[in-house]
Amino acid sequence: MAHDRRSEIATPEQRTAALELVLRRKGELPETFVHDFTEHAEDEWVTDNGARMVASAWTDPAFRARMLADGTAAAREMGFEFPEHHRQLVVLENTADVHNVIVCTLCSCTAYTIIGAAPGWYKDLDYRARVVRESRTVLREMGLDLPSSTEIRVWDTTADHRYMVLPLQPPTTVGWSEEDLAKIVTQDSMIGASRLQGVGG
Amino acid sequence: MDGVHDLGGKQGFGRVVYPWPKHDETWEPLVRALSAFAIKRHIYNMDEMRHAIERMEPRHYVSAAYFERHLTAVATLLVEKGVVTREELESMVDGMFPLAGAIGPGRQAAPPQSFAIGDRVRVKNEYVPGHVRMPAYIRGKEGVVVRVSPPYPFPDTAAHGERAPMEATCDVRFRSRDLWPDSCDEALNHVGVFQSYLEKLERV
Repeated sequence: MAHDRRSEIATPEQRTAALELVLRRKGELPETFVHDFTEHAEDEWVTDNGARMVASAWTDPAFRARMLADGTAAAREMGFEFPEHHRQLVVLENTADVHNVIVCTLCSCTAYTIIGAAPGWYKDLDYRARVVRESRTVLREMGLDLPSSTEIRVWDTTADHRYMVLPLQPPTTVGWSEEDLAKIVTQDSMIGASRLQGVGG
Repeated sequence: MDGVHDLGGKQGFGRVVYPWPKHDETWEPLVRALSAFAIKRHIYNMDEMRHAIERMEPRHYVSAAYFERHLTAVATLLVEKGVVTREELESMVDGMFPLAGAIGPGRQAAPPQSFAIGDRVRVKNEYVPGHVRMPAYIRGKEGVVVRVSPPYPFPDTAAHGERAPMEATCDVRFRSRDLWPDSCDEALNHVGVFQSYLEKLERV
């Protein structure tokens, strides 16, 4: 079938490969950069970092206070890093009556070195458009049906500080070790899209 | 700019796809790495990156996945900065290699003001042709400062490759019903707002 391929947009795979090859041919892109960066991002910028901070906050009241006062310092204390443009990590504390939820309506900013790379739904248009205006409805559709007495606080990441939610500890996990607690903390709970269940919940 | 990227409060969107289906695209981590390379080398800054995404042709923006938007922005900026040429990129693909639209001039920050927690503020009723980090849903609205953050380069200047002054931002708390009267869920909406976008209101 006669078809003018030039009038169609090339696949993103092909465009990405082209950009990489042009940069390599010009000697701009060092041979090992892509491999080294990707390995570093995948090994170091993981949800487990935030989960370990949350578990520490649940078991150590002094750390919890430091984390709420200065999230950046608390993260650095545990050996975690930030890109140059993330100037501050702000930790938002959920309580029985207050539920925090994070979004970036203008793009898709997150504290990715702490909670891991943002999930696809967080970066998709529906979430960005709706969660600021229909927070309770959107959360319910995502499986989180909050009591009407719970105050919802939405945080739009429009500047270069980054937010993470400190979720409520499930009552059935009180007394667990920090290591075991970190295993139950999900990325979604640190975005505020879900609350954590206890064992078997 | 009042672009399609400014999605907060837009209606007509559907259910969030949740949980997000797992997929394994090797070009996506590659886009991320190329983007990180350009930022690390200071070929451009994050504000320029965000503005390049916003300058995408609106139909392309809406239909492109997250990493395709990033790919387009990285390629656009590398062409604009003279690192690669459009012809080089186009010669290597089977089809079009769309880039974002042309950049215009940025704007300067407002004279410095100082804000404190508890201040009542109004977001200025400004319409900015270039890059701005004020989502349209707070334009002209009143709120209360709940946090003052460390200073960042003023994005409306920095996104246009110009030397930007450092400016603090305020987390401002709004009531959803003040933002979208009679047409929203009850919530407190917080937005990180650069001080240049704000004016202080007299205490009542």
